[in-house]
Amino acid sequence: MSMIDDLIEPLEEDTIRGSLDHCIKCTICETYCPFANATPLFPGPKYVGPQAERFRDGGDHSPDMSLDYCSGCGICTQVCPQGVKIAEINSKARAKLWDERGIPLRNKILARPTLGGRLATPFAGPVNWALGNRLVRGLIERVAGVHRKAPLPRFAGRTFQSWARHHPSPLTDKTVVYFHGCSTNYFEPRLGEMAVAVLEHNGFRVIVPRQDCCGLPLQSNGSFDAARKYVRRLAGALAPYARRGHPIVATSTSCSLMLKREAREILDVTDPEVEEVGRQTYDICEFLLDLHDRGELEVDFDPLPMAVPYHAPCQQRGHGMGKPALDLFGLIPELRIEEIDVDCCGIAGTYGLKKEKYDISMSVGDRLFKTIEKLEPEVAACDSETCRWQITHGSGVVSVHPIELLYRSYGL
Amino acid sequence: MVEAEVLVIGGGATGAGVARDAAMRGFSTVLVDRDDLAMGTTGRFHGLLHSGGRYAVKDPPSAAECMEENRALRRIAADAIEDTGGLFVSTPWDDPAYPDLFHSGCIEAGIPVEILSTAEILRREPRLNPRISGGFAVPDGAIDAWKTVWGCALSAKEYGATILNYHRITAVHRSDGVVTGATAVNAISGEEVAISAGFVVNASGVWAGDVANLAGCEGVTVLPGKGIMIAMSHRLVHTVVNRCKKPADGDILVPIRTVSVIGTTDTEADGPDDVAIPQDEIQLLLEEGEKLVPGFRRARALRVWAGSRPLVKDDKADDADTREMSRAFALIDHKERDGVEHFLTITGGKFTTFRKMAEVTVDRMCEHLGTARSCTTAEEALPDSGHHRFYWLGARLARREETLNDDQLICECELISRRRLESAMEQRHTQNLDDIRRTLRLAMGPCQGGFCIYRATGILHSVERLDYSAANSALLRFLQERWKGVRPILYGDQLRQARLDDWIFQGLLDVEHLT
Repeated sequence: MSMIDDLIEPLEEDTIRGSLDHCIKCTICETYCPFANATPLFPGPKYVGPQAERFRDGGDHSPDMSLDYCSGCGICTQVCPQGVKIAEINSKARAKLWDERGIPLRNKILARPTLGGRLATPFAGPVNWALGNRLVRGLIERVAGVHRKAPLPRFAGRTFQSWARHHPSPLTDKTVVYFHGCSTNYFEPRLGEMAVAVLEHNGFRVIVPRQDCCGLPLQSNGSFDAARKYVRRLAGALAPYARRGHPIVATSTSCSLMLKREAREILDVTDPEVEEVGRQTYDICEFLLDLHDRGELEVDFDPLPMAVPYHAPCQQRGHGMGKPALDLFGLIPELRIEEIDVDCCGIAGTYGLKKEKYDISMSVGDRLFKTIEKLEPEVAACDSETCRWQITHGSGVVSVHPIELLYRSYGL
Repeated sequence: MVEAEVLVIGGGATGAGVARDAAMRGFSTVLVDRDDLAMGTTGRFHGLLHSGGRYAVKDPPSAAECMEENRALRRIAADAIEDTGGLFVSTPWDDPAYPDLFHSGCIEAGIPVEILSTAEILRREPRLNPRISGGFAVPDGAIDAWKTVWGCALSAKEYGATILNYHRITAVHRSDGVVTGATAVNAISGEEVAISAGFVVNASGVWAGDVANLAGCEGVTVLPGKGIMIAMSHRLVHTVVNRCKKPADGDILVPIRTVSVIGTTDTEADGPDDVAIPQDEIQLLLEEGEKLVPGFRRARALRVWAGSRPLVKDDKADDADTREMSRAFALIDHKERDGVEHFLTITGGKFTTFRKMAEVTVDRMCEHLGTARSCTTAEEALPDSGHHRFYWLGARLARREETLNDDQLICECELISRRRLESAMEQRHTQNLDDIRRTLRLAMGPCQGGFCIYRATGILHSVERLDYSAANSALLRFLQERWKGVRPILYGDQLRQARLDDWIFQGLLDVEHLT
């Protein structure tokens, strides 16, 4: 019997499906799910997760389209007191469903920000004009199913990569690698510059390797195979640095989560490269707070006499790192932060852009928007880009990454 | 007074099969069971539709018979069958000489068998132990006992039969050595019912000796061979998985509906009603399960139960009597054995061969009655199976999807909606929630009724217009029944569930003080 004693570890996929065994139907996930509470079209995480999973036989006809109304925000997994990987079960089932039915063109486009970025950047002016035009948006809604009011970002007309190539980072004995993600590259290069400045202010040489999408939008739109290709390629670009022991710092909470956990847990990518990169990856606020904990963060902060509402994005919970931005804000004199106690802004990556889901998404975020609006702040802060665009769209208040406040306070 | 040409005693698979066969051959038939249908051995098996693979080495004629009946049931009972396919796999603990014997045995018995590589097996069933070394695919399947038995009963009814469940036979009447009927007592009302019948078939399985005694045919000995089974809370595999070795304890995992059932053990029971669960047998099954699926012990066990195979030991029966006593089942002709006419006992066998057993029995009855009527049960589909589409695991999820927002979900684990539950209650017209459980699989999922059964009680209360005390006792009775199967496997996740359920029923509803 000794062969039984040295246990064989079950596959990652099994531990996720197997986690449904822990469900005692307490319904806590359903009471927390922002989407089940906003729309009757989504039967809720317990239903589509541990319950429905028992009826899935791995065959090729998933009967439950209602599953697609799950946004993948991951709150259910976070609140489950029993350790059921609800969101992960749902992601896999959703991918299976789209795999069987064929992924709509709209989802394919939304899932490839680099493609759009590359094509549109040289023509940013006219493209931005078009995306702001009601008639064009109406047409896009009809043809492609992207809601006419959905908060699409504006192309910057230049890329962060091109800035970084010409930016000489000072040679120091401390090196970090910056994983900027697609949105910084094409939509918010200014954020990348600020992140680099903050890191350099703290004595780091910042390396910006060439990099592509992490695959997250593909994953959340059900193209697992394509997502695996992207995350492997990204890991390939970052792995040499990870092996040298350089921390990889990211400004996008959801993209860094892909490297940290989701590639393994949802996409079943177990390559050692992805693993190595994942271990070395940090959210930028997490990284700076670690520095501070070691007494290594520059604290020459100038006062910022302003009140800023802060929304911690739901995907940030997946990092299991708390809300490091809040601690960093605490270092800035005279900055008054109001944390808004709302779990989700509703956008969930590309979910709220879709024609049939826009209203649900806006209704999920409604309380957040109203609370922010009422405070009439100069800016709101949030770590995740799509959430910032959604908050700006829903509340009319400009929304910035926490790094921008640190940058300002450092006087850079 | 009920009058019929044929009385069938015992509403398991065999009895229901006999009743259907007799009714289809034009006999007016009445089927009687002391409990609900399929509550004995039939309702207490793992759900395997045999390909015959398990008998391929030891008993090739039985194997061939299983395969033949497997094909027949696929024709007539598609709605009750899931076409899972079956695997026989060799683990490091199994005799390496067995696979060759198995392969030639299958071929000899006419069982379609395919040799599979380890890689192919693991591709099909990734949770299996990666240390297995090859195996075979055979056409095993999973079959729902209750659907099949009720299908037979309803089919019999369509052909004019009467179904008297919850009627216990207290006497079998004889006149000049000829059986003429029986007395039954309604187990719910206590009312006595006289049944006049020209022919009586004793199909009471492990209780067959008791019923034969009532007819004065002493000494029919049916030994109950008890086996326990554990249902794991979800499908660890989607194919029936057997160990490729001489059949033994804990060597099969059957995916049936939403669970996977590991079975079984074999010990002599203390009588036909013994369903006690020995702890050491649970441990044994879990240990064997671990060999097939690593991590098995950490998976959630939902429920455990015992059922007894009827094993006939009849010293009185000489060779002539056992003419049709195949090694698989026993047809005892009491005219030849005891000089008692118009009385047959059919017992033993396997679920998979019940139809054949019924056919052989009714053939013999026709012989006795001097009439030749041919059997059509292998061709005509059961009432819900006319579409010839196999049951599919996702069926309830698909149906639920259609009524997501206009019908309440009552049993969350088994996806039973309010309307479905109400119509089953109206159809069964019962005060016993366990009858509804067997009809719909109510409360058979992971929470074992924790969340649905108080809801179902409320609905039963209004559908049946029960007074509150009757509703309360229906609830209590059901909880007691569920508890029996949960208590022996209280560890890990199911223990947590039981604690939560306990808080609901004791803490919130204070069920022990309901009156």
